[in-house]
Amino acid sequence: MNTTPEPLLDVRDLRVTFSRRGRRDVAAVDGVSLTVGAGQTVGVVGESGSGKSVTSLAIMGLLPRRGVRVEGQVSFDGRSLLTMTDDQLRQVRGRDIAMVFQDPMTSLNPVIPVGVQVTEVLERHRGMSGREARDEAARLLERVGIPDGRQRLKEYPHQLSGGMRQRALIAIALACQPRLLIADEPTTALDVTIQAQILELLKELVAASGTALILITHDLGVVAGLCDTVNVMYSGRIVESAPRHPLFGSPRHPYTGGLLGSVPRLDAPRAEPLRPIPGSPNDTLPWPNGCAFAPRCANRIDTCTEVTPDLEWTGERGLRCHNPLAPAELSAGAAR
Amino acid sequence: MSIQAAEILAETTHVDEEHGGSVRVEAWRRLRRNPAAIAGALLVLLFLLVAAFAPLLAPYGPTDQVALDQIRPGSIPGPSSEHVLGVDNLGRDELSRLLYGARQSLIIGVGSTLIGFFFGCLLGLAAGGLGGWVDGLAMRLVDIMLSIPGLLFAIAVAALVGKTRLGLMIAIAVPAIPIFARLLRGSMLAHREADYVMAAKSVGVRQSRIVFSHIVPNSLSPVLVQGTLLLATAIIDAAALSFLGLGTDDPGVPEWGRMLADSQSYLAAAAHLAFLPCIAIVISALGFTLLGESLREALDPRFRR
Repeated sequence: MNTTPEPLLDVRDLRVTFSRRGRRDVAAVDGVSLTVGAGQTVGVVGESGSGKSVTSLAIMGLLPRRGVRVEGQVSFDGRSLLTMTDDQLRQVRGRDIAMVFQDPMTSLNPVIPVGVQVTEVLERHRGMSGREARDEAARLLERVGIPDGRQRLKEYPHQLSGGMRQRALIAIALACQPRLLIADEPTTALDVTIQAQILELLKELVAASGTALILITHDLGVVAGLCDTVNVMYSGRIVESAPRHPLFGSPRHPYTGGLLGSVPRLDAPRAEPLRPIPGSPNDTLPWPNGCAFAPRCANRIDTCTEVTPDLEWTGERGLRCHNPLAPAELSAGAAR
Repeated sequence: MSIQAAEILAETTHVDEEHGGSVRVEAWRRLRRNPAAIAGALLVLLFLLVAAFAPLLAPYGPTDQVALDQIRPGSIPGPSSEHVLGVDNLGRDELSRLLYGARQSLIIGVGSTLIGFFFGCLLGLAAGGLGGWVDGLAMRLVDIMLSIPGLLFAIAVAALVGKTRLGLMIAIAVPAIPIFARLLRGSMLAHREADYVMAAKSVGVRQSRIVFSHIVPNSLSPVLVQGTLLLATAIIDAAALSFLGLGTDDPGVPEWGRMLADSQSYLAAAAHLAFLPCIAIVISALGFTLLGESLREALDPRFRR
């Protein structure tokens, strides 16, 4: 899946371990590798607790120092992010890599006007000040679809609606035309109509500026419309990785299949019940003992609870499964 | 009106009501609708006016023994048309002394609160902003301060600095430092983990800027409220300390606490001399407490609407 010779972001074997005194260490991210080429859009999908957000925070260097061990390699444009000093990282953050967070309600500072929060990035990285910064900030707000940007600069976050706030956050993230944008569940806290607008906006902006995008979500519908390649994570590891069409057309990992099966479809007959994945993410097996998904898996065979599956690549698809779904299995089921 | 309330007032004049509307402007709106706040503000206003214009309002000087010839052993003349609240045991006009006493209470109350606020916030800021060993050091310092009994400290200060107004202020301010320091630190710690701090970090904002323009403004509300409430306690403490004879050395300076102490020997002859300074203390402390409490409610997002 290396379409470009040198990917913009190259994550190799990333491991994030949380250790607390008196408790066993928890590997929230367990050997994740992914690459993002310039201008590419990559999705990371998984349930809560699968390690998606921790992956993104680790890439940004935003995890706390204490009690967290980050191993592996993260190189951005040939430079290693994990070995950078705080100062160097602060130069990269916002200018080269930016992030949009999940909850627009709490991600803006409630006591500072929105405008100041946009201009502070411009002042920090683009050396603008005063009027120039305010003009640019107003232009940015209008670009993300906030009408009357100049007036909005003076407003406080609580005067904006949820959608507007997420737009403002996107404006802040894109203020310095970063080469990589990480969007961590950017639409989860918004209602459905606004979700669609925000996704459309992200798609547009990313296409227009050539920014690469890592889209982290638990919603396959979000990924479907936007991503070039999709990584499905379960319990800290990538279980399936493939370009969008093959993945949606014929998922091979039972977990991916389960996720797709549990999405309500408008074209399905009314009486047909949703097919949720049984159990919860708590019912996992530690990876070293076998496949973490095995306790919830319909395709489970004996090997699954005995041997840890590896991520094996066939062409553009990576799969971590002993007994994958047959290529047509789900499409046959879902077509009915 | 207290300094904090005045600041809020200043804030509203800066921000255009229609477009602006920060947390503080909204708090101001809620404050205006709260009868307790209005009552508190009126009492505080009364107190401030009296303190400011005591020389204009007082019919006599606070130390003039204008009615000395009317004092007989065992009998102190009560209220009359000349002396509305009567005179004290040395023939000084009681009303005038009460009015001038407001000045002392105000200066000591505000002075000690400001000193406590300043050093407390400095300590809290260092602890909450820098963290690590600075935090540990500052908090141990606070622990030490908390372990010193207030009265003992007041006596020590009086012995070291002498019985001056400044000494009184220090004696009241120092025990307040740990309160402010802990409050600001705790509040900053809570906000340090907030999403918007993470968001600011994610775009590379400098740590110093994150602390001063993101964390501190969000953490200040409880500290400001505590300041208003402390004004009330400071006034009571000032009266208590001068009641105990730890106030200013100069017996001529009218202090409510000392007036109360002086009146003790004449309780049978003139009980009103004991009541009047008490009422003055209660009313001024009540004003600041009411205002402080309603300010807390107004600034607390949970009380919204």
